[in-house]
Amino acid sequence: MSSAATETARLKLTGVTKQYPGCLANDDVSLTIMPGEIHALLGENGAGKSTLVKFIYGVVKADKGMMEWNGQQVDVVDPNAARQLGIGMVFQHFSLFDSLTVAENIALGISKELAGPGLEERIEKISEDYGLPLDPHRHVHSLSVGERQRIEIVRCLLQEPKLLIMDEPTSVLTPQEAERLFVTLRRLSAEGVSILYISHKLDEIKALCHAATIMRGGRVTGECIPAEETAKSMAEMMIGTNLKAPERHDDVTLGDVRLKISSLNVPTDDQFGVSLEDISFDVRAGEILGVAGIAGNGQTELMDALSGEALASNNESIWIEGEAVGLTGPGGRRQLGVGFVPEERLGHGAVPDMTLWENAFLSGMKRMNLMSNGFMKIKETVDYAESVIKQFTVKTPDSSHAANSLSGGNLQKFIMGREIMQSPTVMIALQPTWGVDAGAAAFIHQELINLANNGAAVLVISQDLDELFAISTRIAVIAEGRMSVAKNVSDLTVEQIGLMMGGTHDLPDDPHAQPHVEGGVSHVS
Amino acid sequence: MFLKLESRGEANRNMVYLTPVLAVILTLITGFFLFLAMGHDPFEALYTFFIYPISNSYGISELLVKATPIILCAIGLSMGFRANVWNIGAEGQLTLGAIFGGTVALMFYEQEGWYIIPLMMVAGVVGGALWAAIPAFLKTRFNANEILVSLMLTYVAFQLLSYLVHGPLRDPDGYNFPESRLFSDSAIVPILWEGTRFHVGGLFALLAVVAGWLMISRHLIGFQIRVIGMAPMAASYAGFSEKKLIWFTLLLSGGLAGLAGMFEVSGPVGQLVPSISPGYGFTAIIVAFLGRLHPVGIMMAGLLVALTYLGGESGQITLGLPEAVTGVFQGMLLFYLLASDVLIKYRVVPNFGTAKS
Repeated sequence: MSSAATETARLKLTGVTKQYPGCLANDDVSLTIMPGEIHALLGENGAGKSTLVKFIYGVVKADKGMMEWNGQQVDVVDPNAARQLGIGMVFQHFSLFDSLTVAENIALGISKELAGPGLEERIEKISEDYGLPLDPHRHVHSLSVGERQRIEIVRCLLQEPKLLIMDEPTSVLTPQEAERLFVTLRRLSAEGVSILYISHKLDEIKALCHAATIMRGGRVTGECIPAEETAKSMAEMMIGTNLKAPERHDDVTLGDVRLKISSLNVPTDDQFGVSLEDISFDVRAGEILGVAGIAGNGQTELMDALSGEALASNNESIWIEGEAVGLTGPGGRRQLGVGFVPEERLGHGAVPDMTLWENAFLSGMKRMNLMSNGFMKIKETVDYAESVIKQFTVKTPDSSHAANSLSGGNLQKFIMGREIMQSPTVMIALQPTWGVDAGAAAFIHQELINLANNGAAVLVISQDLDELFAISTRIAVIAEGRMSVAKNVSDLTVEQIGLMMGGTHDLPDDPHAQPHVEGGVSHVS
Repeated sequence: MFLKLESRGEANRNMVYLTPVLAVILTLITGFFLFLAMGHDPFEALYTFFIYPISNSYGISELLVKATPIILCAIGLSMGFRANVWNIGAEGQLTLGAIFGGTVALMFYEQEGWYIIPLMMVAGVVGGALWAAIPAFLKTRFNANEILVSLMLTYVAFQLLSYLVHGPLRDPDGYNFPESRLFSDSAIVPILWEGTRFHVGGLFALLAVVAGWLMISRHLIGFQIRVIGMAPMAASYAGFSEKKLIWFTLLLSGGLAGLAGMFEVSGPVGQLVPSISPGYGFTAIIVAFLGRLHPVGIMMAGLLVALTYLGGESGQITLGLPEAVTGVFQGMLLFYLLASDVLIKYRVVPNFGTAKS
C-alpha cells in the first residue's frame, strides 16, 4: 500500500445519510479507502454497516451523501453498475439457488461475457489459486455454509474487482482456512485491490487490516490503525461500554449423563451429503461439549439426527435422560427437555414472516403450556415472548414484529432465549454465534455457560474455535462424518484441533495420530 | 428486455387488502370497454350485469344460493393453498359429494325422516374426502403431483356421474332421460328464506367461514399449516409432520367440496343430473386467492364472484350476451388481482443495465 498523500482514493464517501422509517441507519458517514488498502468496518449489529455497504454496492439509495470512485463522482444505480465499476461483494447472507450447481450459480451472478465457455475451468483455477476448494458440479443444497461462502468469494474474484467488500467472511472458516484467506486477501491487496472488510473478530482485524472505521448507532465513532490498538480497546469503541469475557466455573462437578449417543450411523441419501459413521459420545449435566470441524463434515447431519428432524435407524443410538429416542421426532425430544438452536435462523429456527410471539409458540407450545385443547393461548404466548425479549435484551419494540425485521444477532438472541426460557436439561446448538456481533456473541456464550452451570448438558457444534475454547469443558472434532474422542479443553491447543479438523480421527495424545497430522495439513490447505 | 421489476422493499400492509378492491375496479373499467366494443351501452350492460341481479330480494337470495357452494369449496382449498398443497380438483370432489349424497337420498326415496339429510351430509363429506384421498395417498406415498392428480380426477368424476345417471341411478319412470328420480321431501334441505331457494347450506358455509377463521388464526393445526407454507424447515424443526398436513388439508378441502355438492343436489337441483355445478369448484380457486386465503375475505369474494354468475344469466336473458361473459369477468378478476399483487411488491423500471458514471 502506498502512503502517498497525493494518491487518489479508490473509494471516498462523504456525508452519507440514510433514513429508514423510524431509524436513522446512516448519519453523515464518511469513509476513505485507498488502492490496495484493507479497511475494516467495525460495528455491532444495527450500527449501520450493512446499510452503508448496500449503498456502496448500489442496493439502497442514500438520502444524502456523495460517492467518489477513483476521484470521480459516481452514482451507483444498482449492483450491476457497481460490478461494472469493479466493486465485488461477498454477502453475509448468500444469494444462491439451492437446486443449481456451483457453476450455474456463479454463471447467474456475473455478466454474460464472463459466464461463457471455460467458466468451470476458471472456477477451478481461481479456487485452487486462492485456496478455496470448490467442485463446480456440486449442487448448492448439498453444501455447508462454509462451502457456500466460497462460491460467493470465487464469484467475486472471477470479476477481477478493484474493491472487494467482505461481510463477516471468516465466521465459518477454520483458523487455517482463515489464515489461508488472509494470504489471499493480502495478495489481492498487493495487487492493488482494495478490500472493505466487515468483521467483529478483532484479532483478525488487527492482523489483517491497514485501517479501521468504527461505527455505532449509524455514526462513525472512531477511526484507527488496528495494529496500534488492542482488541479490547477496539471492542470498547465499537460497543461503547467495557466488554466482559465470559465467566466460567471450571470447578463445576459433573452430574449424570443427560445426552448419550452410541454407535449412531446415519447414511446420507444425498450424493454430496456426509454420512455419519459410528458416532458415540455423551454429555453430562454441567458440562459444555464442543464439537469442532470444518464446514461440510457432517455437522448439519449430526444436528438433524440429534434434533430428530432426521430419525436414526436404531432407537438405541440416541438416549436423552436415559430414554432411547432414536426413533422419536423433534416434538417428543423437546418434551424430554431438549432445547435446539439450529444454524439457519431465518426459515429454520424461526419463520421469517411470522411475529415473534408466533415464533415463540413454534418451539415453546408444549414445554411452556401455551395451548389448551389445541388452541393457542395468545396472552400467555405473548407474555412468554415478551419475557424472552426482556431477559435476553432483544432489540425490538415488541413481540408483534416479524422475525425477519430483527438483525441477525437480535434474532439469534431471541431464539436462544426462547429455548433457554423453557429450562432445557439438554441444549444442542449449531453455530450459535454465526454472523452475530461481538456483544451478542458474548451474551450468548455467557448464557450457554450459565445453562451448564445450572445443571444442563450443553452441546455446541461450531466452526469457530475461539468460541469453543472460550466456553467448552471438553472438545471433540468431527471430520468426514466421524467424531474423535472428546478431550478436556485444558489438554488441547487451537493448533492441535485445527490440524485434527483436516481428517485424522483421534486427538493428538494418541501416538497413532501424529503421522496423520501432515496429511491433515495438506487437506486443509 | 426494456423493462424490469424492482422490489419495492417491505410491502405496505394496507395495500395487501386494497388489491382485491383495485382488481374489482379494474375489472369494471375493462368490462365497460368490452361492452362498448361489443356494441352495447356499457352503462346499461354493467347495470344489467352487476346491479340488476341483486336489485330485489329474490335476486339477493339467489346470490346467497350461488355463493354457498363456492364459499364452502374455497374455504377448504385455501387451507391447502396456505400449506402449499394445491388441490385443483374441488370440482371433482364436489361431484363425488353429490353422487354420495344423492345416492343416499335415492336409497331412502320412499321414506320420511329427519335423519335422511344428516346422513346425506355425512355421505357427501365422505365422498368428497375419498376423492381427495387419492391425490393425498399418491403424494405422500409416491410424491405424485397433487395438482395433476386432483385435476384429472375431476374428469373421472364427471364420467362417473354421467355413467350413474345414464345407468344404475336413472329414474325408472323417467322416459330414459339421464336423470335420477326427484328426491323425496325428506331429502331436500330445508329452505331458510320462505319463497326463495336459499337453504340451510348457507348456514354451513357461514359456519365454515367462522370455523376456518378460528382454525387458521388460533388453532394448532392452522398454525402448522401456516408454518409449513411459509418455512417448511421451521415446520420440521418444530416437529410438524408434512405428511399429516397434506392428508389433513386434502381431506378437509375434499370434504367441504363434497358437502357443497351434496347441498347442490339436495337444494337447488333436487335430483342427480349429468351436470351438477357450473364450475363452482374451479371458481373457488379464484375466490380463495381473491379473498387472500382468509376466511372472511373468501366470504366476500365468494359473494362477488357469485354475482358474476347471476350477472351472466341476466346478461344472457336481457341483452343476449354470450354465456362466456361470466368466464371472462372471472378471468379478468383473477388476472387483475395477480397483476396488482406483482406491482405492489415490485415497481416496473426501464432496464438500461449500465452504470452511470
